[in-house]
Amino acid sequence: MRVTVRLFARLRDIAGATELERELPVGATARTLWDALTTEHAALSPYRDSVSTAVNEEYAKMDTPLADGDDVAFLPPVSGG
Amino acid sequence: MESRCYTRKMDGARFLVTQDPLETERVIQAVASAVDEAAAPTGAMTSFLGLVRAENLGRRVLRLEYEAYDPLAVKAFGRISTEAEGRWPDVTLAVHHRLGRLEIGETSVAIAAASPHRAEAFAACRYAIERIKQIAPIWKHEFFEGGDVWIEGATADPDDEGAREDAYRRACV
Repeated sequence: MRVTVRLFARLRDIAGATELERELPVGATARTLWDALTTEHAALSPYRDSVSTAVNEEYAKMDTPLADGDDVAFLPPVSGG
Repeated sequence: MESRCYTRKMDGARFLVTQDPLETERVIQAVASAVDEAAAPTGAMTSFLGLVRAENLGRRVLRLEYEAYDPLAVKAFGRISTEAEGRWPDVTLAVHHRLGRLEIGETSVAIAAASPHRAEAFAACRYAIERIKQIAPIWKHEFFEGGDVWIEGATADPDDEGAREDAYRRACV
């Protein structure tokens, strides 16, 4: 299955892209996708325990199963206000 | 000068992220438009403005650049408002957040709360800014004298009951 990945703030700077497309095996979760990204970009690894995710524009858990066509965002710790 | 009526219905998005400068008047009009005057007649309004500060952690700040996951940020404001209504049933909130490049002293966030009585309006306004800092998918990129850094605060988890309680305690000091 194919998903869209959105990255923000420092995560985007590290990966060098705002939006990516990735192919994943059936049964993959947001965590599977994150782990694949950290393999490509080791500098993402320190965010393992602080990253949040959103699937199709709603907050989700890292163990959320993904489906073909999902839009998955990874969010570093936030600093609005 | 004509006196303003804040219980008259006017246009304006309640929850908004925008590249345009924020105005207190607009966020107050937005909240006024959303109040059900028959159910909870407005007797108090509070507003909060967050400004770009010239100093942070000993650094001399030159400017900030804000970025958001726009659709989720607007939903987060709505969620925060629903949470606040759960705590203070007669309160109505509006939240506007600025994005893009901001200079020192500019308004980054504007919040307005309307309520029949003042205590709830003050508390809900404070609750909203605390929750924004916890769960709104917005980031500030700080440019200071000598460098720049992405500010990273809280791990965003809307379901974290501890964080919600912490915001509530701060709102009720």
